[in-house]
Amino acid sequence: MIYSYYPGCTLKTKAKELDEFARLSATKLGFTLEEIEEWQCCGAVYPLGTDEVASKLPVIRALNEAKKKNQPLVTLCSACHHVFKRVNDDMKNNKDIRDTVKNYDEELEYKGETEVLHYLEVIKNFVGFDKLKAMVETPLKGRKVGAYYGCMLLRPSSIMQFDDPENPTIFEDFLRAIGAEPVIYPYRNECCGGYISLKEKQKAQGMVEKIVENATSNGSKELITACPLCQYNVKQTAGEDLPVYYFTDLLAEALGLKEGEADV
Amino acid sequence: MYKTNNTEELLNISGADIKRCMKCGRCSASCPSYEDMDILPHQFVSFAENGRAEDLMASESLWKCLSCFACIERCPRDVKPARLIEAARLMIIRKQGEDYLSPDEIPELLNPEVPQQLLVSAFRKYRR
Ligand code: SF4
Ligand code: SF4
Repeated sequence: MIYSYYPGCTLKTKAKELDEFARLSATKLGFTLEEIEEWQCCGAVYPLGTDEVASKLPVIRALNEAKKKNQPLVTLCSACHHVFKRVNDDMKNNKDIRDTVKNYDEELEYKGETEVLHYLEVIKNFVGFDKLKAMVETPLKGRKVGAYYGCMLLRPSSIMQFDDPENPTIFEDFLRAIGAEPVIYPYRNECCGGYISLKEKQKAQGMVEKIVENATSNGSKELITACPLCQYNVKQTAGEDLPVYYFTDLLAEALGLKEGEADV
Repeated sequence: MYKTNNTEELLNISGADIKRCMKCGRCSASCPSYEDMDILPHQFVSFAENGRAEDLMASESLWKCLSCFACIERCPRDVKPARLIEAARLMIIRKQGEDYLSPDEIPELLNPEVPQQLLVSAFRKYRR
């Protein structure tokens, strides 16, 4: 199966591992990520104002490219995924926005036809966690891993439809499939502070401290995330005490794709 | 109820349906920024009802909201209080010289680990 793939700007720079291990693992799992040509930044936050349409155009163009190829569009970064799902929902259900988009660009005939999937949803729904389990070469035995969901993948659940927003399980199912031991802790869907960490480091630190304390006191020795900003915020506060990896990092490791690397 | 022009604009930009609010306070109870806010999410709804957009536009809360959408997720009446906060924030940053982040500040806020995503989202939230 071939999917249109939208990596987003952070995966091309600070979060290269998130992208590289996802591509490597996809090949092994039997699907292909075909990068959308000449994509532009999604803006990292969904424009909430009802009169903000122009800032959605790069996302609509990418969705339309996938539509032309009749492929679902796959994302990895939680922020990109959030923006894509919500803009797609706008295009499907909001005629005013569709009309404004046409005013900007006559050729953008798009009505939300493309299916937007997170990479983890591709594994869950099209590969299957059982099949993933069967393909694991190096099970992550004894690794106590807390899944850190954060906000963007889950809320608002009526649009994201990713998982139960208060009691999600997809990352835990993934962890079990690769042989690790998932640690359930209540703060796994709390906010890391997001963009507040740029100007108000102290505030972000306070928020992350609560999450880290909650994760460790429940037994986590490491965290996984799909979001470069969650990873950054947690790392800034937790340092070496609680390492936080991209989920694709553990995936590649379990699939035996990281052999020879010194830090494994 | 008397509504100022600003309140009308605020309501239009937000798209929030404030008439549905039943004043249960669940949005504010869910908010991780609660302690740092001078006007709380459920109060944004009542202020808007009372035509007090100017007070909302002057609120510190505009810079404390994280867009985590907990208030939207947990509101039993689908009022979407974060959209009111966003609308007030947009009305401020659209005015000349009222940005919350200037490019001159950036160098000292940076460290080598800062992901692009952080800069892009902060610019979107704090500046026009
Ligand atoms: S979106 Fe803003 S107001 Fe709503 S819960 Fe999150 S921080 Fe609080
Ligand atoms: S949770 Fe919803 S109904 Fe309750 S006070 Fe907040 S906005 Fe109003």
